[in-house]
Amino acid sequence: MSGKKKYFSRIIVSYIILILFCIIALYPVMQIVSISLRPADRLLSTSLELIPSNATFHSYERLFTETEFFQWLINSTLVAFVVTLTGVVLASTAGFAFSRFEFIGKKIGLLSLLVTQMFPATMLLLPMYIMLVKLHLINSYLGIIIMYSATALPFCIWQMKGYYDTIPTSLEEAGRIDGCNQFQTFYKIILPLASPALVITALFSFMSAWTEYVVAAQILQDTDLWTLPLGLKSFEANMGTEWGLYGAASVIITIPVVILFLSLSRWLVSGLTLGSVKG
Amino acid sequence: MMAKKAKFRQKAYILFLVAPAFIILVGVVIYPFFYNIVLSLSNMSLRHIRDWKIVGFEQYVKVFTENTQPGFYGIFLKTIIWTVVNVFFHVVIGVFLALVLNQKEIRGKAIFRTILILPWAVPQLIVALTWRGMFNYEFGSINLMLTHWFGLPAVQWLKNPLDAFIAVILTNVWLGFPFMMVIALGALQSIPQDLYEAAEIDGAMWYHRLQKITLPLIRPVMIPAITLGTIWTFNNLNIIWLVSNGGEPSDNTHILVSFVYKAAFNFYRYGYGAALSMVIFFVLLVFSLSFMRKTKATEAAY
Repeated sequence: MSGKKKYFSRIIVSYIILILFCIIALYPVMQIVSISLRPADRLLSTSLELIPSNATFHSYERLFTETEFFQWLINSTLVAFVVTLTGVVLASTAGFAFSRFEFIGKKIGLLSLLVTQMFPATMLLLPMYIMLVKLHLINSYLGIIIMYSATALPFCIWQMKGYYDTIPTSLEEAGRIDGCNQFQTFYKIILPLASPALVITALFSFMSAWTEYVVAAQILQDTDLWTLPLGLKSFEANMGTEWGLYGAASVIITIPVVILFLSLSRWLVSGLTLGSVKG
Repeated sequence: MMAKKAKFRQKAYILFLVAPAFIILVGVVIYPFFYNIVLSLSNMSLRHIRDWKIVGFEQYVKVFTENTQPGFYGIFLKTIIWTVVNVFFHVVIGVFLALVLNQKEIRGKAIFRTILILPWAVPQLIVALTWRGMFNYEFGSINLMLTHWFGLPAVQWLKNPLDAFIAVILTNVWLGFPFMMVIALGALQSIPQDLYEAAEIDGAMWYHRLQKITLPLIRPVMIPAITLGTIWTFNNLNIIWLVSNGGEPSDNTHILVSFVYKAAFNFYRYGYGAALSMVIFFVLLVFSLSFMRKTKATEAAY
């Protein structure tokens, strides 16, 4: 009897803990949605209600009619798309080589990839900034795309390598017997099997570009070239933050990332942990 | 002859796979790394942008001895506190939630997991700016909650050095626990269920099972994650910079990396910034090497 009672109290306590942490996880997110829906005269409200009374989409309207938000959205989409594509192509091929072949500099290569994770952001940003100034690549997407592509790359290569390591080589041998050449066995047999890791690589590359602020703040100075994070930060000026615009912009920026992230979270577990165990 | 040709083709194939990533990493990581070393040995600053010259270890000496406000050692100490507190809470909360969520009786696991991952999914920039708003003295919801619900006095979160430091830590704890939770969940799912059944038959209490089965078995997965988490936290420029708005109040909320960012991009002290970057890098390198060596040594004991 007491065992059963203990069992039930354990389950109830578990649910209470989970719900409590869900509220903590959700609250700031709800806060953004709430701000974006507030009518203009109630932006600085001292009430704690989440759905404001007389909620309105006015801030969203202003965002697209009165600011350059649409331009920033296009800019960010372009940059993030190119970076993701580059990241996936580079990480999937290099990771495969690191997993399957022996070559000169492989050990050092893998080790250096790990060491790059210890670089403080400024250690590459500062010399890159000076280099880009000299190459006249400040205020250009080429500079920023190259920088973003390299940011997530070392981690993604490790991740891909770890995942490829779990795929048996016998599959490629079978493919070779069926008459595929080396490259065909790679993209027809191995790549589809590695899709969980590919998905994670794509997600990380996308996220490293979509909302990056500190690098963009130094490289993109022309407002026409601004990406979403720079635009968003400009609403949050020290004096008189445009809370309505800020909230609406945040919601629009966050939605695609959250949808991507949550729909891929199933692979997040397998892609990340497999990579780290075998890495 | 054929064998030679095949070997050559093999080499060409490997080159074809590695070269693109290698070229971009040389351009964006390796070359800047060496350039940074050169900069750290130079006197480059806004005043000496064209006529800079190598001055040896002058900048390194400055890093350790110059009377900056705040000083190097204070910021270094703060960085360590920041890292230890954050990683501690990330791991404890993450593993704890994973354990709770992994119980077989819990229904709606997918929903709970999805909601609990949210802080990781929201872009850091937005997390930082939103929490900054929540810490606002008059209108921020944290103070509103403190005063309305608990009858406590409102806190000047972003105005006092200590409160501002607590505010950035709270923000970063919030956004960091899901990563550890996801890793721990993955590790927990790989533990064979019959180990627990055997332990139950032996009459082991839950804390015995936790201590003898669960924790040792998720350890090998958690160690790399903790190492990576420590490095990421030590170098987390975004949250510090954006929540404290560049180190406010009056540069009291800095960790090393945000201090470099300020020195380099607000005060244009390029040589000094490069030298301090190198110092941070070496600190992390030494930490990671010794941490990994230590944990490997204990791993062999299992």
